[in-house]
Order: sequence, then structure tokens, then C-alpha cells
Amino acid sequence: MKYWRKPLDLENIKASRGKVIIIEDRCKGCGFCVEYCPRNVLCMSPAFNLKGYHTPAVTDESKCVNCHFCEALCPEFAIYSIETTETT
Amino acid sequence: MANKAVLTGMHFMNGDYACCEGALAAGCRFFAGYPITPATEVAERMSRRLPELGGIYIQMEDELGSMAAVLGASWGGVKSMTSTSGPGFSLMMENIGLGICTETPCVVCNVQRAGPSTGLPTLVGQGDMMQARWGSHGHYEIIALAPSSPQEMFDFTIRAFNLSEKYRIPVIIMADEVVGHMTERVMIPPEKEIKLIERRKPKVPPGNYLPYHPDRDWVTPMANCGDGYRIHITGLTHDERGYPGMDEETQAQMVNRLIQKIVSNADDIIRTENIYLDDAEVVVVAYGISARSAKQAVREARANGLRAGLIKLETVWPFPEDMIRDVAARVRALIMPEINAGQMVLELQRCAGGACPVHLVSHLGGSIIHPRTILDAIENAATSKVRLKNKKTHVKRVSRQSARRR
Amino acid sequence: MKNNKAKKIIPPHPMEALLRSERLPHIWCAGCGIGTVFSSVIAAVQKSGFDPDKTAVVSGIGCTARMAGYIRLDSFHTTHGRAIAFATGLKLARPEIKVLVISGDGDLLAIGGNHFIHAARRNIDITVICVNNLNYGMTGGQMAPSTPFGAKTTSSVSGCPEEPFNFCYLASACGSVYVARWTTLHTRRITNSITEAMQKRGFTFVEILTPCPTSFGRRNRMGTALETLKFYHERSVIRNDIDPKDAPVDFSSNIVVGKFVDTERPTFMDNYQFVCKNDIGVWPDFNGTAMPESQTTR
Repeated sequence: MKYWRKPLDLENIKASRGKVIIIEDRCKGCGFCVEYCPRNVLCMSPAFNLKGYHTPAVTDESKCVNCHFCEALCPEFAIYSIETTETT
Repeated sequence: MANKAVLTGMHFMNGDYACCEGALAAGCRFFAGYPITPATEVAERMSRRLPELGGIYIQMEDELGSMAAVLGASWGGVKSMTSTSGPGFSLMMENIGLGICTETPCVVCNVQRAGPSTGLPTLVGQGDMMQARWGSHGHYEIIALAPSSPQEMFDFTIRAFNLSEKYRIPVIIMADEVVGHMTERVMIPPEKEIKLIERRKPKVPPGNYLPYHPDRDWVTPMANCGDGYRIHITGLTHDERGYPGMDEETQAQMVNRLIQKIVSNADDIIRTENIYLDDAEVVVVAYGISARSAKQAVREARANGLRAGLIKLETVWPFPEDMIRDVAARVRALIMPEINAGQMVLELQRCAGGACPVHLVSHLGGSIIHPRTILDAIENAATSKVRLKNKKTHVKRVSRQSARRR
Repeated sequence: MKNNKAKKIIPPHPMEALLRSERLPHIWCAGCGIGTVFSSVIAAVQKSGFDPDKTAVVSGIGCTARMAGYIRLDSFHTTHGRAIAFATGLKLARPEIKVLVISGDGDLLAIGGNHFIHAARRNIDITVICVNNLNYGMTGGQMAPSTPFGAKTTSSVSGCPEEPFNFCYLASACGSVYVARWTTLHTRRITNSITEAMQKRGFTFVEILTPCPTSFGRRNRMGTALETLKFYHERSVIRNDIDPKDAPVDFSSNIVVGKFVDTERPTFMDNYQFVCKNDIGVWPDFNGTAMPESQTTR
């Protein structure tokens, strides 16, 4: 991560990391999660699900900070993030 | 006023007040209503009595809201009722349908007045009988009782609550303005003599409970809101889980359950009071205030040597089809007095099936039928030499009460 | 699933416990805002601290009202417009239950308008969540009391000839103690508002503007649901604590959102008890047994 100045407690505080889980068969391809992810972790993939909708895909999981915004915004309960302990 | 639900003792009480006392004795603790002549007195007395007993009276903004609130309170686990008359009854129809479809116990008291439309607000009619049966859209069965005195207002209201809890259905009390506004002796028994029925509770834990999977008598145990069962209740056609099912199988299953619940338990629900029926040649079938006139006419006929009998319908819906069929096979004629242009007489005609002539004594509303008019009909029927050709059903309006009294 | 390693157990969706997932996917269109509102409602129920066994959802008829069928709480899908009246009966009979009324703009404020204004006047302790998609969606997109002047709908092909309500102004004028408006983009603020509304005693109202791409959006050139959300993003302005009279939903200028009213007033039951003077003995204590300690107001 790029910092404007180095925080004094950088060694102690670790930024949260998240892992995105997508339940593809629930997705209806609205694109909210892709558009509004603050870290641009997602993109619309060319693949599609059983109903024919294009689902999101994770492009760079290391950028996810587990903010849960995709989970809050998704109308279909098709995407959520969980905390992961994997470091960058 | 005494702070008790059951005012044991002898009272001189108006029919509407007796209905209120019957409800309170039956355990009703929620009333949502709207003022309408001639049912306003039920609401007024409820507003005074319910707070004394820990109940709630709310005067809703209209009858549609009243009926919805009554259903909501019932799902909250409280026995609830409302009272209205013709115009309000029409407004409540959609939500009565919701109550029937969702199998919600509650009581609706319709103190009938002459209609149609605004009609004669302060005068008697019996013109809502078919509306009680078919008023809401779709096909269903209903239970309706017809009291003919303030004492019966008290007793039948208790019975209405018992039936509604037992069969999980809105029960309609088809009173009329004369019964509602007349003041007569009402005997209220001691509390321990009043038998109450409560809704059946589920015996299975929340994970295994199906809100519309009936027991053998077609009645499903009812979990109330807040009991932890996480029920889903909808007016859409629903399956046994309560979830909407948009297909004909679910429709057939649901509507069949609603119909069978009443039809297969009809023997328990139907009650009549039979007077001089065993050897009767001419039988009068009547309900509500007209049954009082009929009783007088039958007694006078017997005194004059005519073999007349009376079937007083205490339950008007479901209609006592089997009993009428049996009686029609062995009598000369059936007579029905009604304060309308012929509604329940159509059921009588249908059930008699041509076995004997059916006569209607009709009054279009505004006053009760004079016993003399019914007595004339009995005399005509008893001495009639009319033979039925081809055994076709013969409905003849014998007389209509004229404005001029005798 | 792409991130499925054979041995790892994937935890379920955090809201799974309050979803009737056997009925998913739900009936709402792709991009319909009701799904997002649903997600916010579940988050609010989880956050508010109320026992889910003692929380009930009552709805009427319409797209939004179908939410009752997907949420795993005691839920009642009643007749069109009568949700608030039903909720009144339910709340008064069982005061310990937290009652949420979730329904659409036409259901709550057209056919249900009478019940809305009276419940607000009486200050019945319910939380009303009005999802405003600017038309009657379920029946195909007819005009509603929320449809902007001139908007095209199936029953106003030349443009809607009527001015819409300002629902927040109406609710506030009728005596609602908490009034807020958000759009579906403001998911976290919706969750916070609903949580605050639930924890407040009295009639609380939260209006949420949502895209309706299939019915309203398509006929009024609002594009896809995503484009409508971007429109909300650009045009919505948060103004908390202003008079709702000054907070119109004006698509030509700004959509004013925010928490407008947050006051206190005795509820219906407070007044009923006061007037009847005797203790309403057999009812459970309704002075907030289910509410978090910090929120007791009386």
C-alpha cells in the first residue's frame, strides 16, 4: 500500500484483508458490485451462470479489504466477503 | 361497572350489549370497529368494558382497517372481533376473504339493516344473508349464526368464538336491527358454566411445523406470531409451508382444505331449534327476528288445530341441507318468512328438491313480519289443494306484508 | 465456484439465517433496488439487537411486499393497502413484538393512505419502510402517487398529469416521530436509519428510492439499474435535520435525502393507558422490555 506518510503504528495495525465468495447461480448480472467496489477488486466475467447472466469475477483478491460493500449492495445475496488472514 | 368479564346474573339488556358481554365472557380482548347504526352500541360498550379487563378497544378509520386490525390481533394470539352493518360489511369483504384464506379465527357481527346501499339505517332488514355466504371473491365456506333475541346474542357470540377458534375461520353473527336494539331479559351464567374452546397449538418444534398441514379433521394447529415458529402467512394461494404456489395443484389443495374443513364438520357446526316438528304437516323455516314471528304463528296454528312446525335456524351457514331434505320428503309444504325478497328461500328450494312446495313470506325491510301474515301462509298451505305437476319445485310468494297493518 | 478448495468449508452468506433461501432466487428483476433494501433490512434487524423470534414483518401487495415471503421472520403478506392496519392490530395484541411494515409506495400511500395517516397520528409503535420505485411495478408500471409530473407510465402514456406526494412531508405532518429518506445506493445509511427507527418508540418512517429498470426506468429513459444508481450518486444531496417540506424528490434538480425528523411523542398505548387510568393489567409491560437499555425514552 502507498502511504502519504508512514503511520507510527504501522507495525502494530494490519489492514484487514478479505476474500470474496460469489454464489454464481444467484447472480442476475446487475453489475452493482463491480461498479461500487472501492478497491476495484471485481470485474464482469465473460462466463455466465445457469440462467444466462454474466457473473462478476475477482481480478485481484489481494486488494480486497473486507469492507462488505459488495455484500451490502448485492440485491441477490450472491456475493459476500469473509475475513482472511492471508497477508499481501 | 363491575370489573369482571362475566357479569353473572339476570339482566335487562339490549341485544348489542348482550353481544358485547358474550364476547367478553368468551375471552375477547381486542375490538377494532367503526361506528355504524345499528351496531354502534357493541363498539360503545366494548370501549367502556375492555380497558377494565386489560383489553384494547381501537376505533379504526374505516371498516377495512377494522377488519385488518382484527386479523392482526388474532395472529398476535388474542381473540378479537368487530361489529358492523350492511355498508360496513361490504367494505370488510376483502379482509374477511383474507381471514378465510389464512385461516384466522375471529368474529364479525353484522347487525343487518334494510338495504341496499345506505337504505334504512335504523330499521330492520335481513338482506345480507347471501352476502355472508358469497360476499368475498373466490370460492370458500363460511360459518354464520343467526340470533333471534338478546339472550341468543349473548349465547351465540360465545358459540361464535368457540367455532372460530375450533375451525380457524372468521365466524359471522347475522343479527338484525330489531334483535340488536331490543331490550330483553338476558341470563348470564356463572363463569365456570361457560365452556370455551381455544385454538389448537402445534405439538412439534419450530423446524418441523407446517402452518397449513391439517389434522384429520381438516383443522391445522395454529402458531401465533412471536411463538418462535417464524411462520409466513399470505393471502396468495399457498402450500402447506405457507409459501405461495402459483399452480393448479396448490390451488386445488388449498381450496379443498378450506371447503372440507367446514363441510366435513357440518354436523358439529349446524344447530337448529325444532318446535312441533315430529308430526308437522306444514313446516316454517325461519331465522333471526323472523323466527320470533314464526314461533308465534306456529303456536297459533297449533291452537287452531293445524299441524304446523318450526325449524329455527341457529346456524344459517352451512345450511342444514340433510335435515331439510328429510323434512321436505314428509311434509305438505315449507314456508320461509324473510325480511328480503327471497334469499335463504333459494337454499330451501334447492334442498327441498321438488319434494314439496316452498312458499316465501317476504317483507322488503323496514319492519318485522307480523305473525298473522305467517299464520295466513300456514293456513293456505295446510288447506291447499294444489297438486304439483311433474314434481317440479313450486315457489309461490304467498303474501307480502303491506304497509297497512291489520 | 472458483475459490473452492476441496477440503475448505465455505462459510454461508452472513444473512443466511434470516433468509428463506429455499425460495431464492427471488422474483425481483435484475438490478431491482428492492433486493438491496432487503439486504439492508436484514442487516438492520441483526444490528438492532431485537430477538428475531419477536420481530414480525407485515406487508401488503406489490413487488416490495413480496419481501415478507423471503425473510425468515414471522411474516404476513396481507391485502393491498391494509398492511398498516393489520400491523396495528398485531402490535396492540402483542406489544412485545417489534413490527416492521415493509411495502411499496402505492400500497402504503395510495390505497393504504388512510391507514398511514391515522397510524402516524395515533403514533402506533411500528416502523414503516416504504420502497419508492415511482410506479406500480408488479402490475406492469402504472402511475402512482409518487410518479413525477410528466413521467411516462403505462397508464399515463402522454405523461403523468398529477403532481406527486412528498412522502416525508406527509409523514412528518401526520405526526411521525422519525422520518428519513435514502436511495438504494446509501445501503449503510438505510441500515442505520432502520436500526434507529426500530429502536425508537412510535411511528417511524423510512422512504427509500429505488431503481425500477423494467417498468419505470425503461419508459423514462433512465437506463439500466446501474445507470439509475449513478444518477442517484450524482444528484442526491444529504441534508439532515431539515424541514421535510424543503426536501422534495425533484429529478430535474436534486434528490434531497437524509434523516429529517427525529422527535419524541407519547405512543398510542401511552395515551390509552393515561386516559383509561386503570392499569391495563394483563398485557405484558410495554415500556420497552424488548428495547436496548440505552434507548428507553419514557
